[in-house]
Amino acid sequence: MNALAAIFMRDIRLAVRVGGGGGIGVLFFLIVVVLMPFAIGPDMALLGRIGPAILWLGALLASLLTLERLFAADHEDGSLDLILMSDTPLELAVAAKALAHWLTTGLPLVIAVPLLGLFMNLDGHASAAVALTLLAGTPALTFIGLIGAALSVALRRGGLLLAVLVLPLTIPVLVFGVSASNAAIVGPLPFGTPFTILCALTLTSVVIGIFAAAAALRHGME
Amino acid sequence: MALIDLANPSRFLALAERLLPYLIGLTVFALAAGLYLASGAPDDYQQGATVKIMFIHVPSAWLSMLVWGVMSVAALGTLVWRHPLADVAAKAAAPIGAAFTLICLVTGSLWGRPMWGTYWVWDARLTSVLVLFLMYLGVIALWRTVDDPSRAGRAAAILTLVGAINIPIIKWSVDWWNTLHQPASVVKLGGPAIHPTILVPLLTMAVAFALLFFTLHVAAMRNEILRRRVRSLMLLKAQIAPGSEA
Repeated sequence: MNALAAIFMRDIRLAVRVGGGGGIGVLFFLIVVVLMPFAIGPDMALLGRIGPAILWLGALLASLLTLERLFAADHEDGSLDLILMSDTPLELAVAAKALAHWLTTGLPLVIAVPLLGLFMNLDGHASAAVALTLLAGTPALTFIGLIGAALSVALRRGGLLLAVLVLPLTIPVLVFGVSASNAAIVGPLPFGTPFTILCALTLTSVVIGIFAAAAALRHGME
Repeated sequence: MALIDLANPSRFLALAERLLPYLIGLTVFALAAGLYLASGAPDDYQQGATVKIMFIHVPSAWLSMLVWGVMSVAALGTLVWRHPLADVAAKAAAPIGAAFTLICLVTGSLWGRPMWGTYWVWDARLTSVLVLFLMYLGVIALWRTVDDPSRAGRAAAILTLVGAINIPIIKWSVDWWNTLHQPASVVKLGGPAIHPTILVPLLTMAVAFALLFFTLHVAAMRNEILRRRVRSLMLLKAQIAPGSEA
């Protein structure tokens, strides 16, 4: 098994066995979505109108909170230094880690959407639309978050700084994700227009995130 | 003296000390000239004298984007050419750019209240400038969180380059989306759409603001170099202090 596949499988196994990644992310997603009606009021019609936005915000915050797991554990036990010193191109190693991270934390969020759509008074068609946009958009959130995680990897009091750095960069993803969901539910835009822009954002962020994160790791580690 | 000589901090400090009085004088003169011309500009037929907020709002908007551009070039200097003073330049420029962005947002908001009837609207131009302001604050936060200045410099350089994508978005936001903010009037194909009696004071104020940034930037770079020297001296002092294991 080559090095990249090894890194990928290691991250998947760690996330599944050690736990806390996907499960906690989905749990946080659920809690945020449940909190909203307490603040907004139980008016189901209103919740149905802003449902896609709430689901997208919840997914954004949930993926933000799980970002620290990307590099922190590896930095503490020294495996990040080994990855940096190895022959594998750092960009590809980082991409493998990010892909594993998305599969274990981003994808569960997408799977949880149909259930949470019930809480938001979204019918099957609407839930499917939101799930599809999240499927296209959560990789963007992971790969943009990759940049922030790499920048703050060596900081002890990194915490909120990671959120401050990452959130402004994720705004376009949020805008087009909600726009695509609303387009599918109420129109009048065709669904394809914002959805293809969302896909473009994801593809761009995959490339930029990988190179920026690798550069940040190289320069940030002593 | 070649430009590369400025990479030596001591030489840069010496040059800064010599230049700063002239820069300050030039900036004051340019600001005075700009404000004088602006006061002499005609009132708008609809807005009256309120239109003169533009002479502060527009140059500060231009400067807020220019400063991020300067920081991006400095970021390239840090990462690509390993220029010794590049991260000093970037760190010094960030608060100045944030201040220009804040001035732009506040003057625009105060101008919008009588003109549009609202202090704020979530259109593309205002939102992207607000995001620029948040990114400035993010870079400043990153500078403060990492202890070692050169490591902080490299991290901030990467963040600056990633955030540079926002600048073209701001510039063309009024063309790409339907916005309440008016579309491009000066920097566009076909030349400026403003009459010279307003364009000349506007450009004079822009030059004055650019000189203001340059002066503040040189002074801030000087302060940052001195701050780093103080830090090194304090580290040395802590190392050789009695009671420390040196």
